[in-house]
Amino acid sequence: MKHRTRWLGTMGALAATSALVLTGCSTGTTSTTSTSGSGVDLVPITLQLQWVAQAQFAGYYAAVDQGFYKDEGLDVTIAEGAADIVPQDVLAAGDADYAISWVPKVLGSIEQGADITDVAQIFERSATTQISFKDKGITSPADLKGKNVGSWGYGNEWELFAGMQKSGVQVGDISLVQQAFDMNGFLSGDIDAAQAMTYNEYAQVLETKNPKTGELYQPSDLNVIDWNDEGTAMLQDAIWADAGKLASDKDYAANTVKFIKASIKGWIYAATDPEQAAGIVTAAGSQLPAGHQLWMTNEVNKLIWPSTNGVGLIDAAAWKNTVDIAMNTKNETGATIITAEPPKTAYSNEYVQKALDELKADGVDVMGAGWKPITVTLTEGGK
Amino acid sequence: MTAPRRFIVGALGLVLLAGLWELYKLLGPADGVVLAGVTVLPRTSDLAMPHLWVMAGRALEPVTGAGNAMPLWQAVVDASLFTLGISAVGWLVGVTVGLALALLMHRFRLAEAAVLPWIILSQTVPLIALAPLVRRWGTQIQFGAFSWESWMSVALIASYLAFFPVSVGALRGLGSPDANHVDLMHCYSAGWWKTLWRLRLPASVGYLLPALRLAAASAVIGSVVAEVSIGLRGGIGRMIVEYAGAAGGDPGKPWAPIFGSVLVGLVAAGFVGLIGLGLRRFRRGEVAA
Repeated sequence: MKHRTRWLGTMGALAATSALVLTGCSTGTTSTTSTSGSGVDLVPITLQLQWVAQAQFAGYYAAVDQGFYKDEGLDVTIAEGAADIVPQDVLAAGDADYAISWVPKVLGSIEQGADITDVAQIFERSATTQISFKDKGITSPADLKGKNVGSWGYGNEWELFAGMQKSGVQVGDISLVQQAFDMNGFLSGDIDAAQAMTYNEYAQVLETKNPKTGELYQPSDLNVIDWNDEGTAMLQDAIWADAGKLASDKDYAANTVKFIKASIKGWIYAATDPEQAAGIVTAAGSQLPAGHQLWMTNEVNKLIWPSTNGVGLIDAAAWKNTVDIAMNTKNETGATIITAEPPKTAYSNEYVQKALDELKADGVDVMGAGWKPITVTLTEGGK
Repeated sequence: MTAPRRFIVGALGLVLLAGLWELYKLLGPADGVVLAGVTVLPRTSDLAMPHLWVMAGRALEPVTGAGNAMPLWQAVVDASLFTLGISAVGWLVGVTVGLALALLMHRFRLAEAAVLPWIILSQTVPLIALAPLVRRWGTQIQFGAFSWESWMSVALIASYLAFFPVSVGALRGLGSPDANHVDLMHCYSAGWWKTLWRLRLPASVGYLLPALRLAAASAVIGSVVAEVSIGLRGGIGRMIVEYAGAAGGDPGKPWAPIFGSVLVGLVAAGFVGLIGLGLRRFRRGEVAA
């Protein structure tokens, strides 16, 4: 019977494996279906983000948390992004109702056949910058010539290339360095000028101790090339909707107005109470340290407020600028994002205008003319 | 070697590794070793190579500055268990499919000719191309009360990597008995099933165990990479990406999930070791897959 007991041991190991399997199952099922308290049937809506939960999307998380979507009869589920998730593809495939993505990235998808529409341009300004330490003497795109220039690639490089080409620097004149998720390449000096979002990587540098002084790096240690100032800023986070459904499905078109309206209310909430908004994002599962989260909320607010025409309204000149850059800027392989003008359906102010009109009728301030950013003091590691 | 001695040697190996790390950090050139413009050995700065005690100390501190945050090590252990669970599902599915394919290929020569090239081809499809597809197809699956969850996509990708070594290893194992042994079975007029049970399966154990170990490692890697790829929350892969941003201001933090994934790999290998212990009777030397 010795034989039999050995087999029992094997079976025991297998049973232990199965137990683990079950743990995997039980922890994996965290579906986020909310029920409406009022008994009214809510329309289920999925919003696909372009990255994991962080304050870059504070307005949407605030709108869920504060019940702004529910007030409009929508039950919104936020689907996080990831390394290999392309929000506009998820939207075009019908797996999400709306998606958040950058305009230049989507223009390429539209040319390849994705039938989707920018229905609200939430971020009016670009957050992409190229930062360098003062001693490198890089104050304008022209100074990038002959330098090690970092970029994440994957569609994040176009403002940089456009700015360089505007100043007569070709892609071949720089040595392009693939940048990682962290800023270590920049801090160690491998990258002379690194790509940095004002709301994220710029703060990561300012949260790091300068080994020479023992203090945190200060904004005065850095030169920042801001593409908004260089005139090559491209439109970033926008709400995208399915163009075909907008035309054929009346309910979807009506829900789009409601969705935009509630989202704008969420962003107004984030502007008036950034501390609360940052807390909501952290509660939604973001792993960012608290100080960093608040910094991000504040910086993202700066991209929206004060609004020139009303939040979300697509400025025709800014759109044209983005399209022009997308058609005329060549990357390291000589390719451009798009080869022809995008179709008329690529953007529409119809829905956001309706949403703004309704908000104005309710007495909501959608311009934020008097909005002022708060001062966020960064600490080591963003804690 | 006796069990305690093996344990001590294993622990010594760890200490040696830790000593090497600190020694290189102490003596290595600050800018790393660069040969012909290529960095062969890393920088020794506190950012690139934090001291081991910085990593350990960081693991004991809370994840974030928030008052209710749990200690980092606990968050990592939670995430490790989550990933381990998914890897286990992937491993089980992969091993089942791998064994079934091996049996099919062994039974029918035609099946071997038809299936084996595809099995090998399957491993040339890059994971990053596969992951979003699996996730997208998964979201469309729904019947009755069953709906496809994102963790299942991750487990499926893990099993996709895990089945390969098992199917190839088991196929070789099933074909490994000597011709005279097979002839003996013929003389006994034992059928295909009986020959399988009495001769081929026991003979394949030596081939199967390394394949199972390889499958366990593949399942863990597959889970971690797929978590990054499709953004499944709760596991080690997602944690690695989310903590990467802290590398500048909080250099100890990104290392915690890396140790977590090592832990998952060790535990997974340990399980296969247990299975090997149970099958000790059939092991006559192992053949690398």
